[in-house]
Amino acid sequence: MAIRQGRGYAAVNYPTGMNLGGDPSQALVHATTMGGFVVTLSSVDLGQGLRTVVAQCAAETLGVPLENVIVDTADTDTGPHCMGTFASRGTHRVGNAVIMAAREAREVLLRVAADELEVDAEDLETDGTGFVRLKGAPEKKIHVSEVALAAHFRQGRTISGRGIFLKEPSTPVPETGEMDPDSCQAHACTVAEVEVDDETGVIEVLRLYNTYEVGRALNPAIATQQVEGGAWMGLSHALFESTEPYYPHSREHGPLDFAAYLMPGPADLPEQTSVFLERPAGNGPFGAKGIGEMTANAPIPAIANAVFDAVGVRLTSMPFTPEKVLRGLDELRAGRAG
Amino acid sequence: MGRLTPIDTTYFKDERAGDFTVIGSAVQRSDARGHVTGRTLFFEDLTPPGLTHVKIHRSTRHHARIDRVDVSGALEVPGVLRVITHEDVPNNWYVVLRLIGVGPDDEPVLAEDRVLYRGEPIVAVVAETEEAAREGAARVVVDYTDLPAVLDVEAALADGAPIIKQAGTNHFVYEGHPCRRIRFGDVERGFAEADRIIEGRYSSSPIEHAPVEPTGCIVVPQGDGRLRIHSNTQAAFFTLDNTALILGVPPTSLRVVGGTVGGGFGGKVDVIVEPLACLAAMLTGRPAKYVYSRAEEMQVSSTRAAEHIHIKDGVMDDGRIVARQVTLYVDAGAYSRHSPYGTTKAAAHMPGPYTIPNVHVDCYCVYTNRTPSSAMRGFGVTIGDFALESHMDHVARELGMDPLRLRLKNAYRDGDMKAHRKIASGTALVEVIQSAADLVGHDLPPEYRAMSSAERPEG
Repeated sequence: MAIRQGRGYAAVNYPTGMNLGGDPSQALVHATTMGGFVVTLSSVDLGQGLRTVVAQCAAETLGVPLENVIVDTADTDTGPHCMGTFASRGTHRVGNAVIMAAREAREVLLRVAADELEVDAEDLETDGTGFVRLKGAPEKKIHVSEVALAAHFRQGRTISGRGIFLKEPSTPVPETGEMDPDSCQAHACTVAEVEVDDETGVIEVLRLYNTYEVGRALNPAIATQQVEGGAWMGLSHALFESTEPYYPHSREHGPLDFAAYLMPGPADLPEQTSVFLERPAGNGPFGAKGIGEMTANAPIPAIANAVFDAVGVRLTSMPFTPEKVLRGLDELRAGRAG
Repeated sequence: MGRLTPIDTTYFKDERAGDFTVIGSAVQRSDARGHVTGRTLFFEDLTPPGLTHVKIHRSTRHHARIDRVDVSGALEVPGVLRVITHEDVPNNWYVVLRLIGVGPDDEPVLAEDRVLYRGEPIVAVVAETEEAAREGAARVVVDYTDLPAVLDVEAALADGAPIIKQAGTNHFVYEGHPCRRIRFGDVERGFAEADRIIEGRYSSSPIEHAPVEPTGCIVVPQGDGRLRIHSNTQAAFFTLDNTALILGVPPTSLRVVGGTVGGGFGGKVDVIVEPLACLAAMLTGRPAKYVYSRAEEMQVSSTRAAEHIHIKDGVMDDGRIVARQVTLYVDAGAYSRHSPYGTTKAAAHMPGPYTIPNVHVDCYCVYTNRTPSSAMRGFGVTIGDFALESHMDHVARELGMDPLRLRLKNAYRDGDMKAHRKIASGTALVEVIQSAADLVGHDLPPEYRAMSSAERPEG
């Protein structure tokens, strides 16, 4: 009996957006009196950072500091329609809608500024610190707050914009399955290193190495949280979780609380080493692809393959409980004996 | 500042043009401060005066005819205000995906003459307190006649299996087909030409989203007669529109306020709690709260579907996969919810990120007498990836080939035709494999190192 080590590999891709499309999201942007910009949505931030990332999209497009942007969301009385936060669609769909709305608002912003400065709007640019300035003559400039005040109280214009993103729905051909399911694909490759105790059947994941191709990491800190949390979730699916331990034969012994529904604790966590690659998607906001779901997927087969490498047992049924490892080892021994 | 995953800019450097000010910077999450200081408000932090509580009497059987429902015991419990049965639900039958044209409506909000899974809601009890509501729900008496239950997806499709669905089949029907199909090339010819046939069977059990905050809502009647729904839904209008359809009220009579979710993962995309909480508020004229207990979250809320996946590959001795046949069974449980959609997504994902000239895929959305499954992070893909990537390792072992070289040899590239007949673009499988190999010092020969997603080598 021994502790045996193994390494396993898996590589995956993952589609961005609801399968077959047809899942719109809208955004509205307007300036307040002194140059705040409100992004109005009905989208739900699940804690993955959607509000933060769309504020970045708005600030980048408008050309104003992030502090000038407020996101008002998840109220159906005020926010325009969003299909929902799922299918790795939030950043892609809502980000695109916000960029479209912010572009329209920016055009008005520059026209109002042009009238104040008595120049052509085409000759203006934003400097990202809160000023609109004349290209080539940066000393001729006006602050966004003055532009907004002028729009409200002198020029009588609304600095606002509307945005929507929709991937037109695709209908599969029933006979062949021909279809256009996705907007783009993100990619990941996981290498898992495990230890397997061939006496107890317990698998310990020692290290996970991951490369993720994400299109563009709009916010590398939030993207890091996504990929590390996702890898944890994949590990948890692989080794621990089931609502029906005796699936499919019996529905008995289903866990009713977290004491019985096992998930990895801090001591079960592997070291994680991750790298991002960026191949921007032409239809993504600043090239971003949806990565929220993909991150849980590659660790599962990588762990299974590492267990095979360690002890020669091919785990074909999730989760990979010690019982399944031990039964696999028994079969191997019986095979050798036979 | 938290830890940052490095971006390796040596890959795709010609495509990464763009000079940004705010994009690409590690701005702190806007909700982080509120979460760590306890100032974030979740829906349960709302305590409107006169709040009532909804608890459910649930089926104790996997599959049964309901002979009699006696609610008199519930009404005798002090504090119980009202019981709600299917007769009180204006449009009792629904399927959440009807908003995008998926049918038929196959699930009752509250069971009528039969139950299809253990835990199916039969009667809702509205009371002054949670305890009274729970006690009232426990006092409801239901007489059943058990019917044969189907708990295995392949048994559900076998000849002579008891048919559990009113639509007449134990599977969703895709435009006349029992499964979502992909047909590309000629898989039988591919098998005939292959040096080897390598098969595998893979499966999974259902799992739970396990959010820290259970699914729930509080509905508050407004002075103007509208209902304000404070919900942790992942999709505000999805919830609003489905709730309005079930209640038979104009959508303008409802307002969903949400946006703070203590863990979603796909579990808060079903529309389960809001219709009954709204009905409770309408029938009592008081605010109503319906939130799953932890036990309900574990055993009654939708799971990730269990899947059975069979893969048959035709493989050449040099590692080229020339044919792949995938048969995939999704255990939808008793009702559709989002599973017909997820099964099509599973089909679209096959045969994985590889270019294989002959592909044959059958994905079945199968009904059984268990808790309905529905959306979950990686919907339609996660278990498929487990099967595909375990199988790739199996193939590599059978051939005695390095598992990364096998993948690189078969990796899809820009311009390749996918099995669902879309031209691949923006691919990067080759590069994530090359990068991951570097992370662990896995040696790749020069011809594999030189591979690129953007172009295929000649020959």
